[in-house]
Amino acid sequence: MELVEAIILSVLAASTPLLIAATGELVTERSGVLNLGVEGMMIVGAACGFGGAWLTGSIFVGALFGIVAGTLMSLMFALMALGLAVNQVATGLALTILGVGLSGLIGAGFVGERITPAAHLNIPGLTDIPLVGRVLFGEDAFIYFSIALIIGVWWFLYRTRAGLILRACGDNHISAHALGYPVLHIRTLAVMFGGACAGLAGAYLPLAYTPFFIPGMTAGRGWIALALVVFASWRPGRLVVGAYLFGAVTILQLHAQGWGVGIPSQFMSALPYLATVIVLVLLSRARTGGSTAPAALGTVFVPDR
Amino acid sequence: MKKSLLALVAGLLLAGNVSAASAADKLKVGFIYLGPIGDLGWTYQHELARQALVKELGDKIETTYLENVPEGPDAERAIEQLVRAGNKLIFTTSFGYMDPTLKVAKKYPNVHFEHATGYKRDKNMSTYSAKWYQGRYIQGLIAAKMSKSGVLGYIGSFPIPEVVSGINATILAAQTINPNIKVKIIWANTWFDPGKEADAAKALIDQGADIIMQHTDSPAAMQIASERGKLAFGQDSEMIKFGPKTQLTSILDTWGSYYIERVKAELDGTWKSEDSWGGLDSHLFAMAPYTNMPDDVKKIAEDAQAAITAGKLHPFKCPVIGQDGKEIECKGGANLADGQILGMNFYVKGIDDKLPGK
Repeated sequence: MELVEAIILSVLAASTPLLIAATGELVTERSGVLNLGVEGMMIVGAACGFGGAWLTGSIFVGALFGIVAGTLMSLMFALMALGLAVNQVATGLALTILGVGLSGLIGAGFVGERITPAAHLNIPGLTDIPLVGRVLFGEDAFIYFSIALIIGVWWFLYRTRAGLILRACGDNHISAHALGYPVLHIRTLAVMFGGACAGLAGAYLPLAYTPFFIPGMTAGRGWIALALVVFASWRPGRLVVGAYLFGAVTILQLHAQGWGVGIPSQFMSALPYLATVIVLVLLSRARTGGSTAPAALGTVFVPDR
Repeated sequence: MKKSLLALVAGLLLAGNVSAASAADKLKVGFIYLGPIGDLGWTYQHELARQALVKELGDKIETTYLENVPEGPDAERAIEQLVRAGNKLIFTTSFGYMDPTLKVAKKYPNVHFEHATGYKRDKNMSTYSAKWYQGRYIQGLIAAKMSKSGVLGYIGSFPIPEVVSGINATILAAQTINPNIKVKIIWANTWFDPGKEADAAKALIDQGADIIMQHTDSPAAMQIASERGKLAFGQDSEMIKFGPKTQLTSILDTWGSYYIERVKAELDGTWKSEDSWGGLDSHLFAMAPYTNMPDDVKKIAEDAQAAITAGKLHPFKCPVIGQDGKEIECKGGANLADGQILGMNFYVKGIDDKLPGK
């Protein structure tokens, strides 16, 4: 029983950065913008987040630093891809390369330092409930925030007028523009939200997961977040399933190795990715007519005044 | 005023020329690094060694390094760039640079190359590596003494001989103290992913391991062990900062004296292509202080270290029994031959796991 609880806790921790970053990217893509710079925004968020927490001793300030850093990075993207209508794929890739270098520069001053990681919730009575207590009432704030965030995004996209407009920009920017909506402003805000989430997701790594900063510590999680958005076919509900599934396979393959299941570890390390591909194939086969991707995703929009 | 300014500029230009001329007289030494110099592990240790080199011979040499150079075709470009910049001795510090280094070495016979941990050499290309398995043997002794559960947790990077020989040396040592010792092995299939290394450490502890050993590069596992109140060994570098009450010892890569020795040889004109594979008797690696253990365990570790250094103790002393219960052919007389250790692709008896790919 304790082992099951321990596994669930590890899965939650491993899935959270993916979920937060993917939530941001989902909103960005729903507005019709493909920002491939998630990895770059995350790693800069990690460096700044750690720096903030290290300088002030506050995890909360660190998280804010991460959010601001991610947002600033995304503004750079918005300036290029939306303001100057540069190719989004190229700009996003450039943002990742820039972010990896920039984070090394920012982080150079505090490599090797360590901080006290984010505190875990502790509600006497509730946290001690066997099995579910630690999961529901005993983790760090990031985990609960990520769940609130994705619920908020679902509510925004499907239950508010603003969300409808955002989706309209993503599906047909010409119509949205004709109706008088400021497409580029809306998209800029969506890109900024994506950047803020990526920055926070990056900051989660040094603030709660492994409380130190090392260049390159995101180790490709930004790319997984991007894949998860596609995996979720741009729907918040499926995104939650995808993120936790991915986290679960990652953690379970480690446990399976410890148990000595006898399946080659290289295969097990590939399992999370294999699962992603299989689900993608199943989803696209089950789909009846039309793609679920935002129709205007990745296309440049220059308003004719 | 104008005149004096002109004179000043002329003076500066002259000074610039002079310093450039003296720089040209200095031997240029180049380094290719796999990771960022701040990785706190593998690359960091090479960087410390470079700094030691500069401190020792800084008046005679000029060093350059390129960090974050991916293994593969890009490396060839980076190495050639160092050659064109006038470097006469170039250290390429990761296994994956082997073929690129060899290719560039063939192209520029007047430049000398030093490749870390590889096995391909040429008349202007040396290799250097360390017998880390000796350090793993000492760790195995400590682990068996310190473990209460009798289960060791081992995080591997890739199932290559260097890592496999480390696991075997650990378990052979541990068996001399506790014949029933168990080891759980998790392959991260990466050298560096702090999150995944932390997850692996959590999984091992959750499955009952109380000593964490790692052959991956970040201090994440050490940090998790510290958080959970377990004990752990560092890797490549001093990691006690991440577990002041956790680190038992760490295998430290100490390339400094090797770099100084080779650069001195280059300066004297005595540089020759060599294969250096040094153990505790050389200066290629060292053990971090033995901490967080009682004095009797510390003594066992120190005695073993002294015996290995003196050549009296060999971790792979024959007979070595394989997983199938059969004795491994002993090609090195009393011990396994170096070639058998460098190419080790089997687990010894006592490991209840299958070597991936076997």
